[in-house]
Amino acid sequence: MPRSFLVYVLILFVGIAYVGRLYFLQIHDDSYRQSPLNNSAVTVKYVYPNRGFIYDRNGVLLVANKSSYDVMIVPKDVKPLDTVGFCEMLKIDKEEFIKRFHKAKNYSPRIPSVFVPQVSKEDYAYLQEKMYKFKGFYIQKRFIREYPIQTAPNVFGYLSEVNESILKNRPYYQLGELIGYQGIEKEYEELLRGKKGVQYVQKNRFNNEIGAYKNGIYDTLPVPGQDLTLSLDIALQSYVDKLMQNKRGGVVAIEPSSGEILTLATYPTYNPDMLVGRERSKNTVRLFNDTISKPMLDRSLQAQYPPGSPFKILNGLIGLQENVITEETAFYCHHGYRYGSSGFMGCHCGMSGYPIRLNTGVFKSCNAYFANVYRKIIEKYDNPAEGMDVWSKHVQSFGLGNYLGYDLPSGQKGLVPDGAFYDRYYPNGRWRSVTTISNAIGQGEILTTPIQLANMTAAIANRGYFYSPHLLKKIGDSTKTIPKFTKRNYTTIKPEYFEPVIEGMFNVFEMGTARASRIEGIEICGKTGTAENFSRVGGKRVQFTDHSIFIAFAPKDDPKIAIAVFVENGYWGARWAAPIASLMIEKYLTGEVKRAALEKRIMEGSLEEEYQKQLQIENYVAEKK
Amino acid sequence: MRRRNNIFKGVDWILIIFYLILVFFGWITIYSATYVEGQAFVFNLNSNYGRQLFFILLSLVLILVVLAIDRRFYETYSGVFYLISMLSLLGLFVFGKNINGATSWYSLGSFSLQPSEFAKAATCLALANFLNERGRDLKKLSTQLKSFAIILVPAVLITLQPDPGSALVYGALVFVFYVFGLPLFYLIIGFLAVTLFLVTLYFGYGVSLLITFGLFTLFFVVLFYYNKVYFRHNWIVVVSIYLFSALFIFSVDYVYNSVFEQRHRDRFDIVMGKKKDDQGIGYNTNQSMITIASGGITGKGFLQGDRTQGDFVPEQETDYIFSAVGEEWGFLGSALVVMVFVLFLLRLIYVAERQKSRFSKVYAYSVLLIFFFHFTINIGMVIGLLPTIGIPLPFFSYGGSSLWGFTLLLFILVRLDADRIYEW
Repeated sequence: MPRSFLVYVLILFVGIAYVGRLYFLQIHDDSYRQSPLNNSAVTVKYVYPNRGFIYDRNGVLLVANKSSYDVMIVPKDVKPLDTVGFCEMLKIDKEEFIKRFHKAKNYSPRIPSVFVPQVSKEDYAYLQEKMYKFKGFYIQKRFIREYPIQTAPNVFGYLSEVNESILKNRPYYQLGELIGYQGIEKEYEELLRGKKGVQYVQKNRFNNEIGAYKNGIYDTLPVPGQDLTLSLDIALQSYVDKLMQNKRGGVVAIEPSSGEILTLATYPTYNPDMLVGRERSKNTVRLFNDTISKPMLDRSLQAQYPPGSPFKILNGLIGLQENVITEETAFYCHHGYRYGSSGFMGCHCGMSGYPIRLNTGVFKSCNAYFANVYRKIIEKYDNPAEGMDVWSKHVQSFGLGNYLGYDLPSGQKGLVPDGAFYDRYYPNGRWRSVTTISNAIGQGEILTTPIQLANMTAAIANRGYFYSPHLLKKIGDSTKTIPKFTKRNYTTIKPEYFEPVIEGMFNVFEMGTARASRIEGIEICGKTGTAENFSRVGGKRVQFTDHSIFIAFAPKDDPKIAIAVFVENGYWGARWAAPIASLMIEKYLTGEVKRAALEKRIMEGSLEEEYQKQLQIENYVAEKK
Repeated sequence: MRRRNNIFKGVDWILIIFYLILVFFGWITIYSATYVEGQAFVFNLNSNYGRQLFFILLSLVLILVVLAIDRRFYETYSGVFYLISMLSLLGLFVFGKNINGATSWYSLGSFSLQPSEFAKAATCLALANFLNERGRDLKKLSTQLKSFAIILVPAVLITLQPDPGSALVYGALVFVFYVFGLPLFYLIIGFLAVTLFLVTLYFGYGVSLLITFGLFTLFFVVLFYYNKVYFRHNWIVVVSIYLFSALFIFSVDYVYNSVFEQRHRDRFDIVMGKKKDDQGIGYNTNQSMITIASGGITGKGFLQGDRTQGDFVPEQETDYIFSAVGEEWGFLGSALVVMVFVLFLLRLIYVAERQKSRFSKVYAYSVLLIFFFHFTINIGMVIGLLPTIGIPLPFFSYGGSSLWGFTLLLFILVRLDADRIYEW
């Protein structure tokens, strides 16, 4: 019957197609041939290299490793055991044993998980001898971080176990491994961690290891992590820790000639040891959930404050660059500056009736003087938006309103308003230069972070350029420089305009607002700042005690250090921030501090009462609401 | 009725040898797939391989019974079998036990029975009996309708369980209709419909509409070139072909997106390579392919397949049993199994062709196509060529019902074949 021919054809076709497919799968195609990694008959063992050490600029060891031992479990392999003896050895009770066993089994019967983490060295020696008796358990050696000098946790960051999303996106990591989560540990994770070695071990079907897979041809040796040398001066950093006790704020010091960060400090801070070892999880909760003092917030990078008076320096520079003033241009101050029909900006310079020039304006911090300069800058152009854009471009050339490209994973951009910004708030051209007059004295809309101010100070110290601030000084023993960090970023202000302003900053110490912080024999240039600050509490605008701000660099003609200090709610610039900066300069440049009385006053001074008061106001307003 | 002293007289030993080879190799594979260390005793009713051995022994008894009965008994009572079988399928809706989401089982103590496995034999017999009667001509619409009704009843009942995979088997019987005179036209339409269905799924309705119309237009242009007169009389046909294909494409799109459930769509998408999800919906197929591929040329050896021993492929002793063959016996073993199945099927054609009565012949072809369908769909699924449709591989997959169902199917044929010399 010819019709059955079709059935013949179908059967032969399927037969040939299937044999062909099997040939393709089993012999021809390699994509389904598993790498030994995915083969269940081969176990992968990792050999973890030492994580790289971290040193400061003078070679002081900051971050090292210590070994820690985890008792691991593979639930599938666990055989009936002497539970009582085992529990006694591990110092856990039987319920705990059962709980942990089920947790591990629920996670995976095959994949090892941590049964008891971080056993002490003494227990390890004892356990090591007995471990063979307990099938399915073994000891995994790991390295955890150790901090010989307990400071700067915000710089180092911390290590943490990889989470789900990292596991998914970065196949290098296995569950339970550690990865840098913040700070330098995160930024330079790949340099620090090195590369783990892989050993493939052949198993038979009874899950016993029977030797290296294919004589070890796939095995790789671990590549040790690189040691990093940071630009941090740990002596200075620790000294700032003492000065900033019981105060909140951020302190940043930069070497202007290289952009290297000498100090990057935030307060309140915590001991980096808190995030290592068995107490870690308890401490994590305590640190991350503290919403009042926020120790995990890096105020030096993430806190955005109004810059206050130090910002006047930029306005002076822009005025010179835009040719709206010269060094000799003088304005009068009538205990303030009157603008429009009713606007008035008070001033405490006390120079009423005298002509005020740039130099005086800077060291007396005269609000009226800079209000005049600012107004002239903006009004030089046909409409305020255009003037604002020019002004904004100059300000931004100092790295404000910008992440700056430093080598840490966290930060804030700050805010530098431009014409478009005000057009949004006051549409249809309903604003003039005086609408934004607060910008003249660093109040108003502008926001900066301490590191931005420190960088701005470095740019002034360099007379017109800066390097991206950075922490990495050296990788291992290599002397290679990182192009990103050796490129000069020029400001839009001509170098010659800096001199008159710097003279003014010098006089701040000689006869201006920071006279009290003057150091004999060191020529310091600085600028005090007192920033009003407001907060919205329960929908109401509340004014808190002003922030104390100070920027400084020294020595005047060969700047070695540029500093920005922010002390939250520190009343006024000369009260806390200026002495702190001057003590830092003395410490850094001479190696010792001779002004013991000042040092004592600063170290023992506390603003805790102020913060309590602030908390009470917040609570009070919130309740009233 | 003739008396027979030897029930094996005239049986086709080649078929029986094929049967024994497949059952033996199947049991070896089940042993390997369900082997648990420390359970050395082979005849152990607590293990799957022990139970399967028990099923095999019982099926030998079943064979003796089937062979002992006279062939005319099957012919005479085929209608009764069919009726009982359909009632047993209906009874599931009342007494059935739900296993893995389908109410396909009667539970008898610790054993379960799946009536759909026996319904195949009953349907084949009924079909053979129906087409055997005088005046049945598959070129006639009434015969076509009744024949289709015979296979549709079990198919619908099984679909409702719901076990659509097992119901699809009855579709294979359409080829039997073709062998016995159903116009080729039906198969072509069916083939085009399936092709168009797949094309629509793959390309979406826009592109497939374009492709179809393009091909038709090309075809008609060529036709027009050779025979201009044709169109003058048949323009309605041409227009309706366009209309129907467009309607079909849109309805496929609708059915696929609105009637199918997501899991069905996923299975199609995975086979067509439109979706890749080796950890979720594509896990089985992916694991199965890795397991087979890991066998290489010669395989890892009996009980040495680490993926089989580690239970990497879910359902590896039932629907995915072929993956164990692929891993432990490699390309040589698995290609051999495919070839043994092909030779077995070719032998069935040979046996079918030599039947003298129409009853036996229809039955033989039905058996052939049911085996062919199971073989094609099951292995095609395991090696990742066809979407996941859960039906067993004859004689290999674990389970008493399916083993007995296939044994019954085959040995009724052996009985009919043995008596062919008396059929006139």
